[in-house]
Amino acid sequence: MDPSTEIPRDPDGRTPFIHGHDLKSVSEKIADVTTLPFQKVPKFWYGGMLIGVAVVQLLFLAIYTLITRGTGIWGLNIPVAWGFAIINFVWWIGIGHAGTLISAILFLFQQDWRMSIARFAEAMTLFAVVCAGLFPLLHVGRPWMVYWLFPYPNTLGMWPQFRSPLLWDVFAVSTYATVSIMFWFTGLVPDLATMRAKAEAPWIKKFYHGLSLGWTGAARHWHRYEIAYLLLAGLSTPLVLSVHSIVSLDFAVSNEPGWHTTIFPPYFVAGAIFAGFAMVLTFMIPVRAIYGFKDLLTERHMNNMCKVMLFSGLIVAYGYSMELFFGWYSGSVFERFMVLNRLTGPYDWSYWALILCNVIAPQFLWSYKIRTNPLYVFIICQFISVGMWLERFVIVIISLHRDFLDSSWRMYAGTRWDWAMYIGTMGLFLCLVFIFIRTLPIIAIFEMRELVHKNEDHGEDAH
Amino acid sequence: MASYREISTYGVVAEFDDAHKVLDAANAAREAGYTVMEAYSPVPVHGLDEALGRKRSKLPWFVFCVGATGCIGGFFMQYWMAVVDYPWNVGGRPTLSWPAFIPVTFELTILSSALATVFGMFGRNGLPRPHHPIFNTPNFDRSALDHYFLCIEAEDPTFDEEKVTAFLNGFGPEAVNTITDE
Repeated sequence: MDPSTEIPRDPDGRTPFIHGHDLKSVSEKIADVTTLPFQKVPKFWYGGMLIGVAVVQLLFLAIYTLITRGTGIWGLNIPVAWGFAIINFVWWIGIGHAGTLISAILFLFQQDWRMSIARFAEAMTLFAVVCAGLFPLLHVGRPWMVYWLFPYPNTLGMWPQFRSPLLWDVFAVSTYATVSIMFWFTGLVPDLATMRAKAEAPWIKKFYHGLSLGWTGAARHWHRYEIAYLLLAGLSTPLVLSVHSIVSLDFAVSNEPGWHTTIFPPYFVAGAIFAGFAMVLTFMIPVRAIYGFKDLLTERHMNNMCKVMLFSGLIVAYGYSMELFFGWYSGSVFERFMVLNRLTGPYDWSYWALILCNVIAPQFLWSYKIRTNPLYVFIICQFISVGMWLERFVIVIISLHRDFLDSSWRMYAGTRWDWAMYIGTMGLFLCLVFIFIRTLPIIAIFEMRELVHKNEDHGEDAH
Repeated sequence: MASYREISTYGVVAEFDDAHKVLDAANAAREAGYTVMEAYSPVPVHGLDEALGRKRSKLPWFVFCVGATGCIGGFFMQYWMAVVDYPWNVGGRPTLSWPAFIPVTFELTILSSALATVFGMFGRNGLPRPHHPIFNTPNFDRSALDHYFLCIEAEDPTFDEEKVTAFLNGFGPEAVNTITDE
């Protein structure tokens, strides 16, 4: 290898997160992907968008049918009164959590490697929350009445039940959506100014100028901006932990065997991070290859993300083992039966598939070679995404279908409309992600500039 | 169409290609007695606020006050609704079952603080502002890429276009321009 092109390493032999860039080149590299003329947009983008648009039609069809015919088109029954809607809601909202973790918690811990993945992950948070929000919105059956969930003065003189975790959920998820969108937009503002500088067509320039709110980069603006960003990170950190904790309380506050455990909040939060990182990597791996971002999204980023995934996966595995232990240790005949029913009951295939996906598959991440191989990581991420869906299926369906009263035991299966809505939201997610790739900088440009700026300063100190 | 407002000088702007140069220039300008000035940069430059003679923002206090209001207001909203206006007996539990009110109180605290942070920051920064005289600076686009700009504004009591231009030229700028507030 030519020594002049060799990548410098730190004392531990690690490669830097960014190398061979100055302020201008890094800004242009990222902005150019967004301002690509139509004929140069990679086929990958058209392909992804096409699939997204095709699949999202299923969602429209499912919503139309649901509204005209009612929730009877779903596979719900008694005792399984909670089905796909809650499984998919929890699955999507969990996926969203990785974005907040990366943008807020890793920011507070001053992990520089978060910078190049934060924007993308935050965008995915928003889109995942949109998909998640559709399920509670639609499962009420009459979505135009959804404002009934909020406390507003009404002619009945009633107020919502503030002791119910389902109401906590309303507040948690709406706060989470609001704060995520503000955090994301705040991070975008300086980059929109860069897009304004890079755009050539006057109307595109005006478009980005308007979106950037007329950002000038004044020192006094930066000063307040940095404080605000730190505050938002500090506020989002407890928020993201609270959101999935509250989601888990929807289950844990009930006395249903399989739901009524104190381990749920931390175990759900870990599962959310696990699933979220898998989804970020699922998109990051093709994007970095196709848009040539291998110098900004390095193997070291992938390595670090895999380590987070492995760690949160181990917490999740601990959660599974504790569920089994509590079932036995409780001494309750219903809890014990629930455990046995999970392991050997009619839905045992879902439990063992879950163990394969969430406990066994991530163990390959102990190997450095696998952690830095995009193909293997991509495959493992697919296992995790499926596994996390199965986890919620196991928790919701297996617990409900055989509980206290054996005369009311009943099997459950999603109907074609359940599946249409679930798969349809994936189409919606794809569409949103690809629109985002085309219109906004997918890596936080100003943060990358800061990283370059910092490296330059350090470089000078060293000489 | 003729404008009836008189066009006047907004300030003198120097363009630098290096963060150290703009820091040196800002420090020297403060020491030379200039007070009304502003620097524009593609990245937040540490020390630039001190160089321009600025104090730390009070934004955190504002956020704290709004957040505390959201917290107390959120709790008492639930108290009033569930205890005073519409008491509801659930399994004989006390109407003021305050631990159950904590999650919503917490979420409203975060929500109000975050709203205060974002609206406070953009509001105090005077954004959105579609037009600003600094955009008249030639090559100002590069402030969002890799160049640093220092503007000594005409409102400064000791402002004198020629002297300021000569002063700024002493720090190795790429260019020095006088801009109008048109």
